[in-house]
Amino acid sequence: MVRYLIKRLLLAVLTLWILATIVFVMVNLLPGNVGRQILGPFAPPSEVTKFNHAIGTDRPLISQYGHALKNLATLDFGTSYQFNKPVNDLVRPAMFRSGKLAVLALLITVPLGIVAGTIAARRRDKFADRFIVTTGLAASSTPEFVTAAIISWLFTIELRWGHVFADPPAGTSVIGQVRYLIFPAFALVIVYFGYIARMTRAGVIAAMESDYTRTAVMKGLSARKVMMKHVMRNALGPTISVVGVQVGYLFGGILGVELIFNYHGLGSVLQAAIGKHDLPVLQGAVLSIGVIYMLATLAADLLIAWLNPRVLAQVKR
Amino acid sequence: MTMTPTAPVKTAALSIEDLEVAYTVRGIPRAVLRGVSFSVAPGEAYGLVGESGCGKSTTAYAALRYLPRNGTITAGRVLVAGEDVTNMTTTELQHFRATEASMVYQDPQSAMNPSVRIGRQVVEAFTLLGQPKKQAEESALQALRKVRIASPESVMERYPFQLSGGMQQRVVIAMALACNPKLLVLDEPTTGLDATVEAEVLDLVRTLRTESDAAILMIAHNLGIIRGMCDRVGVMYAGKVVEEGPCEQVFDSPQHPYTVGLLKSLPRHGIRKSQGALATIPGILPLIGTDLPTCVYVDRCPLADELCHTVIPPVVAVGDDGLRFTRCHHPDRIPEIIDDAPYVDIEMLAPLEGREGVLELSHVSKTFRQKGSGIPALVDVELSLGEGETLGIVGESGSGKSTLAKTMLGIESADDGGDLSLHGHPLPPATSKRSSEDKRSMQMIFQNPDSALNRSWSVRRILLRSVRKLTGITGDAANDRVEKLAAHLRLTPRHLDLKPRQLSGGLKQRVAIARAFAGDPRIVVCDEPTSALDVSVQAAILNLLADLQAENKTSYVFITHDMGVVRYLADRIAVLYLGRIQEIGLTDDVFIGPHHPYTEALLSAVPSVDGETKVRIRLDGEIPSPANPPSGCVFHPRCPRVIPGVCEVTEPALVEVSPNHSMRCHIPIEELRRLQSSGISPHAEAAPLEPEPLQE
Repeated sequence: MVRYLIKRLLLAVLTLWILATIVFVMVNLLPGNVGRQILGPFAPPSEVTKFNHAIGTDRPLISQYGHALKNLATLDFGTSYQFNKPVNDLVRPAMFRSGKLAVLALLITVPLGIVAGTIAARRRDKFADRFIVTTGLAASSTPEFVTAAIISWLFTIELRWGHVFADPPAGTSVIGQVRYLIFPAFALVIVYFGYIARMTRAGVIAAMESDYTRTAVMKGLSARKVMMKHVMRNALGPTISVVGVQVGYLFGGILGVELIFNYHGLGSVLQAAIGKHDLPVLQGAVLSIGVIYMLATLAADLLIAWLNPRVLAQVKR
Repeated sequence: MTMTPTAPVKTAALSIEDLEVAYTVRGIPRAVLRGVSFSVAPGEAYGLVGESGCGKSTTAYAALRYLPRNGTITAGRVLVAGEDVTNMTTTELQHFRATEASMVYQDPQSAMNPSVRIGRQVVEAFTLLGQPKKQAEESALQALRKVRIASPESVMERYPFQLSGGMQQRVVIAMALACNPKLLVLDEPTTGLDATVEAEVLDLVRTLRTESDAAILMIAHNLGIIRGMCDRVGVMYAGKVVEEGPCEQVFDSPQHPYTVGLLKSLPRHGIRKSQGALATIPGILPLIGTDLPTCVYVDRCPLADELCHTVIPPVVAVGDDGLRFTRCHHPDRIPEIIDDAPYVDIEMLAPLEGREGVLELSHVSKTFRQKGSGIPALVDVELSLGEGETLGIVGESGSGKSTLAKTMLGIESADDGGDLSLHGHPLPPATSKRSSEDKRSMQMIFQNPDSALNRSWSVRRILLRSVRKLTGITGDAANDRVEKLAAHLRLTPRHLDLKPRQLSGGLKQRVAIARAFAGDPRIVVCDEPTSALDVSVQAAILNLLADLQAENKTSYVFITHDMGVVRYLADRIAVLYLGRIQEIGLTDDVFIGPHHPYTEALLSAVPSVDGETKVRIRLDGEIPSPANPPSGCVFHPRCPRVIPGVCEVTEPALVEVSPNHSMRCHIPIEELRRLQSSGISPHAEAAPLEPEPLQE
């Protein structure tokens, strides 16, 4: 178990290194000049050169790459080119905001998706199943900025149940914050509900058709006990994997939703950084998302191993 | 609850009356059971036999009203201890399953919840009966002890995947017996287990029968098991019981042509391929839902005449005791098909001596690496395979049979220090280093044709690719060759354009054999090629293999766990245990004996359909892990004839005990002969099972 964890953590470090390299290469492949992007089209060329020298983008690529890796190792990504502020001061609050939205969305989607998927599996090929599967598919195939726009218009403009700006003012209570965040979260729920319901449905159907479920039924257990004690534990593996991946995805900020609800999450920070060739911010943001992503998938894998000890026995070999 | 109008004096534990079941396929209900009736008395064991698709499993599951989603009982009743199962409410049905009826399944590993400890699963069966948790735990321990598990406390802490197959099935049996059921259904309970483990499980069921008066309904495709376990047997065909009676009578003097056909297709009484081909049943079982002819078996019956085609055969009582019946117009003509010379001659090759060796293995070992330590899977194997010879390889799972086959083929490379040679030239250990000519000369036939054939290709494309790859022939010539090959394997041109899934199991295996023969191989390794097939189909495949060998002088390496099959087909037999050849010799020498004590145990574990009485040699425990083999003779911890002080110290060498017969045993051959011919059982009582240590 400990060996497994160490192995996974080492793999995570390796992945972060590859991620950092990819970000570095991409930024250097983007057309344009950093100084020109930051200082604007009317700055004199000498200023641009001076700026580039100050931030180090005129140095050889290999030295810049070395600097980027040093930043990764120390988890201090330096100073933003555009805002002249430490990267961590920009990225961390944004990530915290994205995280709040993500957690709220997940708290609604996961139970809803699991319950709906289980109902669909148990009422297989009946109306409830068709309804859940079709609705889920339709909802998750609509882009989130479309659903977000409709929700924003309907609930915040027409019905005035919520705020057009989802960023709660400082000092708002937790409950009060939920009132601000519920509508953008709802847009995310609509997108992800379908995935979770479908994964759960497939897992539950497979478990219900298995031999051990037959054994449980033949023992004379009631349908409810068969589900609770034998089916669900074995059925949720794929669902947990999917949720693990989605956690990483949601923490990274969903730009479309953030823009529509004027919410300053990680998505907006990333967008601004890309536009301005702001390598330190880009690196800081992407790698922070990477860390969250890996922690989430690791947690999901550990949860699966705990639910099904055979998995652990297999990774041991 | 309704009672039968003519309630018998003693209520049958299970009574199935004119049961009809249909499966809805693409919206149309298709009949599977077409009026099945039989009854089982308390304490009695009733077996159902027949080819796959005849409805025996459906009958068993219908008895507990557990049908697939598309299955419905369309007519008839199922009475268990007088209660009608077919009209119970959901709650009644749950109560019925919890307290009155239980089931033991094929494949015990998947029958238990993989993520719940054994303890909780067994305890659950008792809490369901209303026992409080403490008492249920006590009962669970006792139940595990009852199925002869020695340290139930440690077994309770384990997960199913941490137990061996035999141990898993014991646990399933313990759960089934929790409620002291009135009806116990056993559905192929030992299929997939080794013969030695199978014998242990069957011994256990036999013992437990004496301790309870549960009625047993047993499904098995192995007629020997039914004969050894059951009092009466019903032979099913196309959803009907066509013959019923006490086991000995039915198997010794069958009264229905179908029973005769089943029995005749078994390789038994020590018959060898040199004595002729096995009898087969032509044609196939009618598909479910099709309209049946008057007599269900008429299309395949050698006795069928005008009467059979026009009038539904009556139920004819056999004998005066009212215990036997057959559904046949002509039971009086049965002797015609029994005496009818069953064996067609096969042209046989000259005896073994002086035949050219095709494949030679000398000092071949195979060690797998795992976490830095070596696991010897094959140890110092010496073999030679003659032209046109069949070498049978037997042993329990884990004995190294498949590793030996893979090492010959180069799928696994033998360790340095051993030599393989083919037709006198050295053969590189790995396939990748072998010439295409060498690869062409060695081919393999697998156990499961489903996974061996590309399911999205037509048979023609599968064979065409093999012909091109193996022979280098292309274009029209390749097409011609495919058609010749198919004709040779008795596949019609129509079959060539079908996909594997459109073929029956027997036809699929024919295609797999055709594929192996595409490049005119010299050696074909057959890995349990008939173990997934029904006996009648098995007979046809064995005949085909024997014919192909006689024609092409191909050599076979034949891996199997079926002693009847290997005796029929093999010229020589090698017995493997923990990767070492324990005994090798001509088939008759190995079967008639004196045998190595391991061979003796393997042979005595085979359930025989002829009911020959013999001393059962029990093997204690399971095959040890090859990672740390026992000291001295690797078989000594399980050997019933072990000589203390000798066997655990030195490993015996493989010594020729008589011409062409070698053995690895400290006991002198004359002593073995004396012990084995006197029928002295080497031990009286089997020790309870200790769980084997967990593997890290």
